[in-house]
Amino acid sequence: MSTSVIETRGVRKIYATGSVEVAALREVDLRIDEGEYVAIIGPSGSGKSTLMHILGCLDVPTSGEYLLGGEDVAHMSEAELALVRNRQIGFCFQQFNLLASLPAWRNVELPLIYAGVGRAERRERAHLALERVGLADRADHKPGELSGGQQQRVAVARALVTEPSLILADEPTGNLDSTSTTDVLGLFGELSDAGRTIVLITHEHDVAERARRQVQVRDGVIVEDSAHPELAAAVTK
Amino acid sequence: MNWTETLRTAFDAVRAHRLRSILTMLGIVIGVSSVILTVGLGQGAQNKVKDQIASLGSNLLIVSPGSSTSSAGVRGGFGSATTLTTTDSDAISDKSVVPDVKAVAPTASTSLELTAGTSNWTTSVVGTTPSWMSVRARTLQSGRFFTASEIEHTANVVVLGSDTASELFSTGSAVGQTVTANGRTLTVIGVLKSSGSSNSGTSNDDTAVVPLTTEQALAGSTTNALSTIYVEGASSSTLGAAYDEINALLLNLHGITDSSSADFSISSQESLLSTANSTNKTLTVLLGGIAAISLLVGGIGVMNIMLVSVTERIREIGLRKALGATPSVIRRQFLVEASMLGLMGGLFGVILGIVGAQVLPSIISQPVAVSLLATVGAILVSLALGIGFGVYPASRAARLTPIEALRSE
Repeated sequence: MSTSVIETRGVRKIYATGSVEVAALREVDLRIDEGEYVAIIGPSGSGKSTLMHILGCLDVPTSGEYLLGGEDVAHMSEAELALVRNRQIGFCFQQFNLLASLPAWRNVELPLIYAGVGRAERRERAHLALERVGLADRADHKPGELSGGQQQRVAVARALVTEPSLILADEPTGNLDSTSTTDVLGLFGELSDAGRTIVLITHEHDVAERARRQVQVRDGVIVEDSAHPELAAAVTK
Repeated sequence: MNWTETLRTAFDAVRAHRLRSILTMLGIVIGVSSVILTVGLGQGAQNKVKDQIASLGSNLLIVSPGSSTSSAGVRGGFGSATTLTTTDSDAISDKSVVPDVKAVAPTASTSLELTAGTSNWTTSVVGTTPSWMSVRARTLQSGRFFTASEIEHTANVVVLGSDTASELFSTGSAVGQTVTANGRTLTVIGVLKSSGSSNSGTSNDDTAVVPLTTEQALAGSTTNALSTIYVEGASSSTLGAAYDEINALLLNLHGITDSSSADFSISSQESLLSTANSTNKTLTVLLGGIAAISLLVGGIGVMNIMLVSVTERIREIGLRKALGATPSVIRRQFLVEASMLGLMGGLFGVILGIVGAQVLPSIISQPVAVSLLATVGAILVSLALGIGFGVYPASRAARLTPIEALRSE
């Protein structure tokens, strides 16, 4: 049995807006093993964004357990979570979130700065990561000089540079045209083939099809999981 | 994240918003440069007064005749009495009685018309002794000063002030020529170098200096009365002691027991200086206060821009947090950025202030002395302003949760 990267047990998240309590997540049990390529699908309001925030250690669950790489992160402080994010997770966002004033390679080196890596090593690793996503010749270009697909590749390089145990992509193709979408999804496919653990959050089924496992979320619970067909049967029953 | 990285990140942020950073710094720049200029103006004015007073002679005490009270109880004004005589000046010269005095120059002056050929000039004729030169800190432009024996012999010699010499002898050297005053013919033996300053409206360069006895003969006086006794103290530290010694001596000589009814007055450079300085100080404090307020306003400007910056860069903050920046790293980044704006503003302000200090004197003909203390102080204060006004925006940035920061548009 392979080791788990993500393991949640009974994760709940309740938002209190005034006197009204909204349960964004109700009892989520999810296990993702090393090397898996998982798509989490669901319409807006299904709770998939909340799930992504918790999986990405950007937020903590109201109750339940969450083990990331064997580490219990459900009750960590913000500063501790920041370190966990830095070490374990590489993020890709829909908006790319690149800093416009910095050239590509300096965007890529950012997580290494927070990891305390020395300057020369950062430069080298950033360039290697850019080479990995096929943008070695664009290292000194600023984000504004790159196409959308290239910008997302830079973001992927930034996610890769720390060698994280998990790559978490939140609607990575939401802002891309179909050519760039194919391009970026192809890159994720390659990374998965190379043994990376990837979790991709999307609401588009054709994007989710590219992953090896699909997990469907609705109303704060997992309603379908391609790795566990019995779940769907239980829900429909 | 170490300090060099924090500094680099802050510098990148300052550079990325160039115009905004410059406008933010402008408040500090203006504040710092005006602090430097106002303090410099005050200092310059103080130095000017100090120089003027020093040109009167160093460690100078000036003994003037005071008011006298007649037997009928009528008091005359200061200087109305002829209460100082050569007896007094001789007594002050006695080292065993007044040990803290270096030299004494008794003077008696009268206003006379001097004639040389066809030109004439009315000036103040001062009778004194050879020590006048050192006591009044004067030097000769040409010729020589008179000697003690010339005083004994009531010699008909005169040393002219530079202005008086050029009025009487417009061409050629004055030395060796003769001038006539009150029927006596005096030989010009020297011309004083210009002292370049004046006090209370009369030029130090428009004068004719003669032996004390000659002045008495010219004025037809028989009383040995003096108009002023100039005393040079041995050193600036013992000037107070010299003052007390002269005061006690003269009271004793004049038979006065109550010092409040003294018939003379002694003034020192210090008393002149402190009067002049207190005026300057008031002005400097006032202007410096206004400058300090503008510096404070500059600091508030930094805070304002940093708050805008936090709001505007909320996604960047979210991203940095997602990538592993802890709240304290974010706080430090914004704090360093604010301090950098303050410090850079301070440095540019110092440059502007120093440039202004060079340019301003030619416009308002007032000397500006750039003081090191004010310069270093202004830089430190602007750095402190940056830090002080950066704390609130920085902690706001640190408190943002990564989700709300990333979610915002």
